[in-house]
Amino acid sequence: MRAILEVENLTMHFGLIAAAESENVTVYEGEFVGIIGPNGAGKTTFLNLVTGYLRPQAGRVRFRGRDLIGLHPNQVTALGIGRSFQIPQLFAGLSVLENVLLALAMADGHGGDFWRRLHDPARVEEAQRLLVRFGLNGHAPRPAAELPEGGRKLLDIALAFALKPSLLLMDEPTSGVSAAEKFALMDTLVAVLRESKVTTIFVEHDMEVVRRYADRVLVLSHGQIIADGTPAVLLEDPEIRRAVAGWG
Amino acid sequence: MNRSMWGAAFAILLLAIALGVVLPSWVVFLLTLGLAKGLAVLSVVLLMRAGLVSFGQALFYAAGAYAAGFALRRAGIQEAFILLLIGPLAAMGLAALIGLILSRYREIFFGMLSLAFAMAFYGVLVKAYDITGGTDGIGIPPPTVLMMPLATDRLRLFTYYLALGCVAVMLYLIRRYAHSPLGYATRAVRENEVRVAYLGGSVQRAIYLTYVLAAGLCGLSGVLVAFTVGHIDPQLAYWTTSGEFVFVALLGGTSSVAAPLGSAILYEVIKSYAFKYAPYTWQMVLGVIMLVIIFFLPGGLWTLVERAPRSRRGQEVQG
Repeated sequence: MRAILEVENLTMHFGLIAAAESENVTVYEGEFVGIIGPNGAGKTTFLNLVTGYLRPQAGRVRFRGRDLIGLHPNQVTALGIGRSFQIPQLFAGLSVLENVLLALAMADGHGGDFWRRLHDPARVEEAQRLLVRFGLNGHAPRPAAELPEGGRKLLDIALAFALKPSLLLMDEPTSGVSAAEKFALMDTLVAVLRESKVTTIFVEHDMEVVRRYADRVLVLSHGQIIADGTPAVLLEDPEIRRAVAGWG
Repeated sequence: MNRSMWGAAFAILLLAIALGVVLPSWVVFLLTLGLAKGLAVLSVVLLMRAGLVSFGQALFYAAGAYAAGFALRRAGIQEAFILLLIGPLAAMGLAALIGLILSRYREIFFGMLSLAFAMAFYGVLVKAYDITGGTDGIGIPPPTVLMMPLATDRLRLFTYYLALGCVAVMLYLIRRYAHSPLGYATRAVRENEVRVAYLGGSVQRAIYLTYVLAAGLCGLSGVLVAFTVGHIDPQLAYWTTSGEFVFVALLGGTSSVAAPLGSAILYEVIKSYAFKYAPYTWQMVLGVIMLVIIFFLPGGLWTLVERAPRSRRGQEVQG
């Protein structure tokens, strides 16, 4: 397997708190990697460091061999890394369709175009296809702000997916989603991502979600990767369970 | 824009053309000023769509007027259509430089910095007496049209039609811009900068481009006002002029590209009457009107236009 993301000695401290402490990890093409850990373990910081939102104090991040350190999020995104957020980052005043159209226009490098229409027929068709895949087609004309939480999560991920990324980073895709909705949401997501062969790293609190959907699990604690393995092995380990959620 | 809206826009344009011939000269003068200043107000609205409030758009308004004035007086360029290009280009050139700094700032910092640049420009215009005429300003002789001089009595009507033509073209262009990916990206910047960056878009670039485009509108507005009034002075760059543009933008509302034009014309009319009948308290009259708008129509006067079809539909349903 080919490495898509290589992280070496990644270090980031906020004062005395270690959000990332010499983290080393390699993610391979096609993997579906879950990151777990207690609150404050540095899971979201890891995503922020990889995508250029934060600049590490030390270490290297390489995406397909290209060094990402010093790049801004828009430059990292342009290389093929998409990201969704724990709190969905949408354009609340625009419709669901317009959110996706804008993402598609930016993905095609037409974000600065001031002459052609955003609602280009070919782009609208592509956006509608995407909304169908994410089960949002019934919501196209609604303002994004009016979507239920599950829908907002899906749209947030759909926006990142619209960029046709090679690597997708998802921050707690099921947080805030009801127990009844979360597996349906993950089924939809995983089907789309596996079908498109998008390498995915997702941060998750829910062990059952990780057990069902991840091929590989990274366990973070105090900014350090304390374990790396398959969910079947790691999630049964009482030490890991105690470190992550205080149970086991 | 559907066919009926195009029809309405065309009818308004025809009406405006006819009004130029029918209305008394002083009203045509007011309408011309309103149309010209409406372009500057439109530039404020463009920036507001990106979540930015500029208190320094008068800088580009003055830059456009002075660039045309210098070209006319010092370079001997008299052709109105060339001067109409020189003003906006000068303003955009200036914005291209200032925008490199301003596009990094948001909220009050953007507002205050834009004000600071405009006041610095005002200072230069006042102090560089030998070049700018200081506070006395510069007289603007009538331009030629297609190399032909215009008689004074025709100048006012010509300027009105010129302003009308510029406004029609700019409205069309801005409408295209508003429906383009860049127009949406600008709105998106106001809504969520983080997501714009994570879609691969440069927030700074979107703001920079919008800032330069807005400056071009202000520059054009400045040239038209210079033609209309026949005189330019540093007051064009003063903070009260920038404040006036923001005031008129809020008066009309920001939901339509037509709102700033309507409110700019209305503002010129109200100001003239307030100045005539209450010469010592006209600012208070404007202030009271603004308060009434804020309390009863927080979305601006354009809210009335938006409500009209809804209430008509409501009556039809009830009927």
